[in-house]
Amino acid sequence: MTAIPAQITADVVAAKLKGERADIAGVAFRFLLFACLGIVLAALIALIATVSGEGIPYLFGERGLADFLNRPGFSEPEFAGVYQALVGTVSMAVIIAVVAFPLGVAAALYLEEYASDTFITRTVSVIIRNLAGVPAVVYGLLGAGIFVNSRLGGATGGETLLSAGLTLAVLVLPIVVITSAEALRAVPASLREGGFGAGATRWEVVRTLVLPNAFPGILTGTILSLARALGEAAPLILLGAKTSFGGGDWGDIRGNFTALPNLINGWAKLPESQGWEPNKQAAILVTLVVILGINAVGIILRNRFEKKSR
Amino acid sequence: MSSPSGTSATERDTTSSDRAVPRPEVGAAPASNADGTTVFDVDGLSVYYGDFRAVRDVTIDVRQHEVTAFIGPSGCGKTTVLRCFNRMNDLIDIARVEGRLAYHGVDLYERGINPVEVRRRVGIVFQKPNPFPKSIYDNVAYGPRIAGLAKKGNLDEMVEHSLRQAALWDEVKDRLKASGLGLSGGQQQRLCIARALATNPDVILMDEPCSALDPIATGRIEDLMEEIKQEYTIIIVTHNMQQAARVSDRCAFFTTEVNEQSDTRTGVLVEYDQTEIMFSNPSDERTENYVTGRFG
Repeated sequence: MTAIPAQITADVVAAKLKGERADIAGVAFRFLLFACLGIVLAALIALIATVSGEGIPYLFGERGLADFLNRPGFSEPEFAGVYQALVGTVSMAVIIAVVAFPLGVAAALYLEEYASDTFITRTVSVIIRNLAGVPAVVYGLLGAGIFVNSRLGGATGGETLLSAGLTLAVLVLPIVVITSAEALRAVPASLREGGFGAGATRWEVVRTLVLPNAFPGILTGTILSLARALGEAAPLILLGAKTSFGGGDWGDIRGNFTALPNLINGWAKLPESQGWEPNKQAAILVTLVVILGINAVGIILRNRFEKKSR
Repeated sequence: MSSPSGTSATERDTTSSDRAVPRPEVGAAPASNADGTTVFDVDGLSVYYGDFRAVRDVTIDVRQHEVTAFIGPSGCGKTTVLRCFNRMNDLIDIARVEGRLAYHGVDLYERGINPVEVRRRVGIVFQKPNPFPKSIYDNVAYGPRIAGLAKKGNLDEMVEHSLRQAALWDEVKDRLKASGLGLSGGQQQRLCIARALATNPDVILMDEPCSALDPIATGRIEDLMEEIKQEYTIIIVTHNMQQAARVSDRCAFFTTEVNEQSDTRTGVLVEYDQTEIMFSNPSDERTENYVTGRFG
């Protein structure tokens, strides 16, 4: 048998290997995915475009950004600003974070790390999942009942920023519990075993291994739910959010309040002829920036903790 | 070497020899380093998961400064039994233990025994290397720190000593601050051994410690077992019969019994003896079939 010259074999092999078979389904699928991404982006771009037309010139026009951010929301469109709404939204963000974060993480820790897997535990988990789907308006009613009209009203001062913040905290609580539980469940069992095997108590395993490992995930979930809660206007209406009032300064948590979504809602309902359109669009842009800022803080914190735990 | 084994263990020895040991071979000449002290005296141990009996009637005694190997086919309960020795099975809600498992004469499943204290004396190395996502130093220092053993200054010494015992020091001494996850598989497993040694335990349990490693890394770990058994007592679960033959002084062979009615499998201890005898002249046919490769 004569040996086949190397050149010929290589050519034959190369021809086979390089033969292109059309992968029509693959290309179509890829195109479809790209189109879907395009639709998502288009919605966002449309939103920004709609509110930029009059919003951006207004924000950076002769009136100026500083004036818009530092004026209360009443009087004439030329003078009205988002000051009180900005104070309200940012203050509520702080109240939600301070109240819902520790409570939610603690509840999730108990469910995931301490409670044994019984019928009761599973029932509680299902209930919490369902609570996350309850409409925000219902939480508004709940908040009005608990923080405004009950004896607690004495402590919160009734229809105040504090009541609103606490209500939104209750609103996000189920979501914080669920996302924290997911993050805790994602911690590998081998890590816990390693800790127990080294002679750690459950609390030591949780503190030194489980929590640091789950923290980035917990943080991401919490920040996302926080951003969602700050976009709610409906429950705050039930808690007495106002559009035009005096006060509403930083630290004034037991006074009248409003929030960015409520202010936008209020301005949007006024007749077009009064000329509130630029204010409304500018307020929407401010809201977008606030939400973006909160998410950015979340991402920065998460990256820091991820680096630390590695 | 931990001191408590001294006095209490001697007392223990008399009581343990009082007990009628069914297998005459067990009393035979102890292997090289062993001083004949019984560390664990296991009598009629069964493990249940809920109503299911996973392993039944295990009776063995583990000697100090020996390597005791558990061998047998998959699913025969070797690991389940191993995890009884430091109460790792407690972490499984439905796991339950019957029978007696005495450590220096104290039943580990007696009321009031704190599993955390047990685990500080009986360390464990797992099948898959599981270093913490922390630095090499912090991995080794973990046990001493939580046990409150870390006095200022000597923590560095403890870490170095443990890493040297685990034959890892020379490879990592210049990067103790680097993450333990950046090491190779074999190094990670030696790091886990160092972590287990750092609490200065009495016994080290090893659950197939080399199953994820290549032959060179395996050889290193076997050498180090030979080295550290001077100071510790080792129980190792292994799938690898050659490994059991190479490293162990005594060997327990487990297999599974099929329960006809329920179609479930329960692990049973077939034979327990000196490794030499187990591999050359076992008394049970099933052991012989297994070690000669005819089954399993």
